[in-house]
Amino acid sequence: MKLQRTNRLRALTVGALAVTSALVLTACGSDDNTSQGGDSPSKADAGDVACKGEGNLLASGSSAQKNAVDAWVQAYQEACTSTKVNYNPTGSGAGIQEFLQGKTAFAGSDSALKPDEVEASAKVCKDGGKAINLPMVGGPVALGYNLAGVEDLVLDAETLAKIFDSKISQWDDEAIQELNPDADLPSTKIQAFHRSDESGTTDNFTTYLKDAAPDAWPYEPAKAWAAKGGQSANGSAGVATNVKQTNGAIGYFELSYATGNEIPTVQLDTGAGEPVEATVENSSNGIAAGKIVGTDGDLAMELDYTTKEAGAYPIILVTYEIACDSGNDPETLEAMKSFLTYAASEDGQNQLAEIGYAPIPDEVITKVREKVSTLS
Amino acid sequence: MDMTKTVAPPPQAELPPEAPKGSSGTKGSATHRGDRIFSGLTKGSGITLLVIMAAIAAFLTWRSINALSVNEGNFFTTFDWNANADPPVFGIAVLAFGTVVSSVIAMALAVPVAVGIALFISHYAPRKLASPLAYVIDLLAAVPSIVYGLWGALFLVPHLSGLYFWLDDYFGWTGVFAYDGGAARSLFTVGIVLAIMILPIVTNVSREVFLQVPRMHEEAALALGATRWEVIRMSVLPFGRSGVISASMLGLGRALGETMAVATVLSPSFLINPSLLNPGGGTFAQNIAAGFNEAGDIGRDALIASGLVLFVITLVVNGGARMIIARRKEYSGANA
Repeated sequence: MKLQRTNRLRALTVGALAVTSALVLTACGSDDNTSQGGDSPSKADAGDVACKGEGNLLASGSSAQKNAVDAWVQAYQEACTSTKVNYNPTGSGAGIQEFLQGKTAFAGSDSALKPDEVEASAKVCKDGGKAINLPMVGGPVALGYNLAGVEDLVLDAETLAKIFDSKISQWDDEAIQELNPDADLPSTKIQAFHRSDESGTTDNFTTYLKDAAPDAWPYEPAKAWAAKGGQSANGSAGVATNVKQTNGAIGYFELSYATGNEIPTVQLDTGAGEPVEATVENSSNGIAAGKIVGTDGDLAMELDYTTKEAGAYPIILVTYEIACDSGNDPETLEAMKSFLTYAASEDGQNQLAEIGYAPIPDEVITKVREKVSTLS
Repeated sequence: MDMTKTVAPPPQAELPPEAPKGSSGTKGSATHRGDRIFSGLTKGSGITLLVIMAAIAAFLTWRSINALSVNEGNFFTTFDWNANADPPVFGIAVLAFGTVVSSVIAMALAVPVAVGIALFISHYAPRKLASPLAYVIDLLAAVPSIVYGLWGALFLVPHLSGLYFWLDDYFGWTGVFAYDGGAARSLFTVGIVLAIMILPIVTNVSREVFLQVPRMHEEAALALGATRWEVIRMSVLPFGRSGVISASMLGLGRALGETMAVATVLSPSFLINPSLLNPGGGTFAQNIAAGFNEAGDIGRDALIASGLVLFVITLVVNGGARMIIARRKEYSGANA
């Protein structure tokens, strides 16, 4: 009898727990942005939005651009009430899958479509259309560190590669000292944190290591962390939290997590005269060093991770919106075009800088605007 | 009281002649229909449970086959999880090791303490203290696992390095307790958090069992001149042994399947670290939680395949526990 009673009690608590943990989880999910208030996006300019279409506009994909899309949605929604935009940050892989199954109007992705995915898009893009990549959001991947008494830490690609591959294990290593001649480096053990889940951020960071320090980084870039050793944590929020509380830690995450948690970031010695800081502006310069490699209307970009340009921060994440160039679902076409037009507009791009993302540089975003206007 | 006395006799008198008729199915009185409906319902519940279990197993197996057929690694021995790569390479060795080891640590830490608490509440504590204490233990069960996870990651981890350095000093030579000073996000830390999480369920069930010990057993022991401790050793523990084992199995089930707390505390990586204090390793549930978001089709099926292994491990563990209980029963005095 008693057991039964405790069971009922337990069932009740389970319900309560589910609610509480959901709350806690949401709280975790949203602690990432900088202090952007819900209403900061410029309401005054909402007049720029050209409202067209109606109904529900569904999209899903990359969680890295979630905050950017949210800001756009909010501004867009204030001007346009006939369309309801719903972006579900399911992750790039799932977003592309859903788009290819015709469940969503467009997808968000950390990486450009692979050739077989473009091929598969013939199913959803009617009348010979195909899926194309539209670069919309840039984001600097910052290297946050926690080392008592050391400010303005400078590192280069090779040192970073060795640190993250556990080849350099102490902060007072010669290679680090050489880059920071004036710093008083302690002999603290280096604890390099990487993502334990698969992520476009990891993909970008390891691509940078591979391109900029091929000798020191023997692994192929991938969404899953390839090196052994070091510490890992779930999600950018997890990495940032651990770096914040562990002396001797270093980790990589989107810039907004560094500013949000007040974690100092590493300045990169790229070979330019001055070490480059991870800022929104520097990463826009970094994106500008890359070029568009997509053909036939596709705007996929190849980033130049080895750029030596002054003030160009090389570790950047460019996320795309993926839609059909022609043969989009006629029911959502107008709404999607009007939303993407707003996202690519000057106003839409300017919003990005306020929340820790980097706007896409002019020469690229102009092409995106042109392309969006021709979607059919 | 009077009512039952006066009402009770008639059915007793009438039932026997009716029973055979009812069973032959010629006459269905109200009580018999109720009986049949009720037995049908219970039978139905039992069958539903079996069907659900079979359906889960079938689903897991069916989805697993997709992934296993394209796996380029050995599913049981590969120390890697690249299920989304082309070609996919993944194996559960690290996950199985991490899951079992962290759960065993949790059991080793939690069961003795839980039995101690249960004995204290049932046999030592004054009544005034016993019920609030039991209530507090119940509360412990009501804390959501993510809270344990956050507590573990944000409070426990930064405070464990002292203990770990001590362990390293004295037991480091074993290799199992070697510690190199990194953030203590290791299988052992996970074991500690899991131990706290399974403490309430093991305690509660054990306490219930200890309270069931026949008064006669204890009094007989006392009459023979046994001390309090001897009473517990000679009558309470033997009687409660199978119950404590069941309780531990319930706890073990929770430890094996715990997800959020492990994912928050552990620093996962696909290598088997001989030292339990240094970061590394992983568990099935944690790996599924971490990998599901960005998984492609094959990746998802691979995670489901690992889920199937966890399912099988849990079945085996529970089966083993049942066998132990069945064998112990004759000695325990439970049927006395």
